[in-house]
Amino acid sequence: MVTAKTYHALTVDEKKCIGCIHCMKACPTEAIRVVGGLAEISKERCVDCGHCMRACPAKAIYVEQDDLKISQTFKYRVALFPAVMIGQFPEKYTENQIYAALLKIGFTHAFEVEQPIGILKDSMKQYCKTSPNNKPHISSFCPAIVRLIQIRYPSLTENLIQRKSPHDLGAHFAINELKKQGAKEDEIGLFYITPCNAKISSVKSPVGEKESIADGIINMNDLYNRVMQVINDKEAEDTSHLRENLSRDGILWSLTRGESIHFGERSMAIDGIHNVIKFLERLENEEVPEIDFLELRACDQSCAGGILMTGNRFLTVTRLERRAKRYPQAWKLKDSEAIKGSKEIKQKLIADKITPKPAFSLDKDRVRALEKMNRAQRIICFLPGVDCGACGAPNCQALAEDMVNGKAKMSDCVFLQQMWEDEGKISTTKAFRNVEKKWGEKRFQADCNKRGKRNEGF
Amino acid sequence: MNLEFQIEGGNFSRAGHASSEIKKMLKQLGVDSRCIKNIVIAMYEAEVNVVAHAFEGLIQVHIESDKITTVISDKGPGIADVDLAMQEGYSTASKKVREMGFGAGMGLPNIKKNTDELTIESTVNKGTTVKMVNHF
Ligand SMILES: Nc1ncnc2c1ncn2[C@@H]1O[C@H](COP(=O)(O)OP(=O)(O)OP(=O)(O)O)[C@@H](O)[C@H]1O
Ligand code: SF4
Ligand code: SF4
Ligand SMILES: [Mg+2]
Repeated sequence: MVTAKTYHALTVDEKKCIGCIHCMKACPTEAIRVVGGLAEISKERCVDCGHCMRACPAKAIYVEQDDLKISQTFKYRVALFPAVMIGQFPEKYTENQIYAALLKIGFTHAFEVEQPIGILKDSMKQYCKTSPNNKPHISSFCPAIVRLIQIRYPSLTENLIQRKSPHDLGAHFAINELKKQGAKEDEIGLFYITPCNAKISSVKSPVGEKESIADGIINMNDLYNRVMQVINDKEAEDTSHLRENLSRDGILWSLTRGESIHFGERSMAIDGIHNVIKFLERLENEEVPEIDFLELRACDQSCAGGILMTGNRFLTVTRLERRAKRYPQAWKLKDSEAIKGSKEIKQKLIADKITPKPAFSLDKDRVRALEKMNRAQRIICFLPGVDCGACGAPNCQALAEDMVNGKAKMSDCVFLQQMWEDEGKISTTKAFRNVEKKWGEKRFQADCNKRGKRNEGF
Repeated sequence: MNLEFQIEGGNFSRAGHASSEIKKMLKQLGVDSRCIKNIVIAMYEAEVNVVAHAFEGLIQVHIESDKITTVISDKGPGIADVDLAMQEGYSTASKKVREMGFGAGMGLPNIKKNTDELTIESTVNKGTTVKMVNHF
């Protein structure tokens, strides 16, 4: 299998991982196996949706993070953040107070990336108009969805809109604005504040692009904490000029229906990666009526439910909806000085074609793949079919596939082992050693703190 | 590799199950995605035809390294004039079926378009057997 050169920001902390199977079961692409008592993430299969991190009861899966200190090496230090960030703060803090806190922690400027959203919207519409064949057009906003399509629905990569994301828009716009104030390009440091690990991967290894536009990435939960340490509810400096090009449409863009609402009647929005998968299965089979535009997001409630967001996603949505009402619609801004002077950004938002990266084939050689599939099918007959996960694979089918690929053994199945013991084919000691190898010695030591996750509301 | 799936007449909510399973396997075999798409579309249409027009059916799939053969046989009313049924827009679908979004008379032509070989054998009041072959 070709190893995709994709950057993944998720890491399993070996000290914290207890080798339970929550993450493995939660992963929508079966990217996780438990090996030697630790979760392992396959780089080819991971789409950065963050579901494993959410599911981990030991908080052992974490998102790598750039060191915030680097921001001191630039004269102009710009915090670029999606508007959704404002939504997580308690409503008692005003926008000015949040902006003031950002400046206090070391930034010289703060820009919400969805400004001016009209440029991106027009650029996307232009793409849709000029490539009428690849319908439904699928937004490439959510990087987890783009990767999901690349690895699991390769035939649909053609439907992805070849346009960049709001963070590219915001970055170009911020650079333009600062240059107008006399800044030189190499004096500007852009720091993208991300709501999820998927955006990190896409900023660091952009799909269909050569270089990352941001100089650093800051996790939103980390920034939230820093802001909360310095924020105060006293009168704050008026920073509304930094939001001059922010519109209602921009604020709502990263929420569910934020994009699709601009793409006519035959558009749809789906959030939550499992919902998206169900729909893409149908779409791939052409089992859906004619649709022009699809907005697909990996998180429930879209970016308000991003893995690095703090607080309750529904409260975040509510605050943003209220906030959006105070801002003009995007088209009302289209004649503003800044937007008129930023026409060339539209060109910069054009992205390269996105290529398929299928990650589910059993073998490069079709004849061998078929042999393997036949063998896996026979193995399945002997497995219990309860998908317990005690073998370290998410289900019996996945174990059988791992076996034919030489990544697992028959004896990994605890049911088979029991049977073999009963039939006298394997000694009890040997069987025990096998399980110990898979799950580590610690699994068998008495420890009152060692237990799985309780059901919520238990 | 041989696989079998049952089809229940009238149960539209289950339709598509077999084609989804086959799709998963073809992806594992590394079959070209356009080719998979053709197969899945043809299979789904044939499956829906059994659901919409017949009582019960069976899908038998035989996968080889270079091709897939699908035989969909059903017990049902059969097709009196296969050539006529093959025409675009020809449909005997009931009002109920039409209300569910099927019955445009595009299924069989669509199957034809998406398969390399297609044979239909049918006996009125007994049933229909659709055999399709796709080369990878
Ligand atoms: N398995 C079958 N058993 C009996 N009759 C069938 C069967 N398959 C097709 N037919 C007949 O052939 C006609 C045309 O089939 P076709 O699939 O092209 O259109 P349809 O099923 O009516 O509509 P659509 O497929 O567009 O939803 C059907 O209306 C039906 O009369
Ligand atoms: S981020 Fe998503 S795709 Fe990647 S391992 Fe975790 S659950 Fe699986
Ligand atoms: S929906 Fe938003 S927060 Fe969630 S993975 Fe996609 S881009 Fe990230
Ligand atoms: Mg039909």
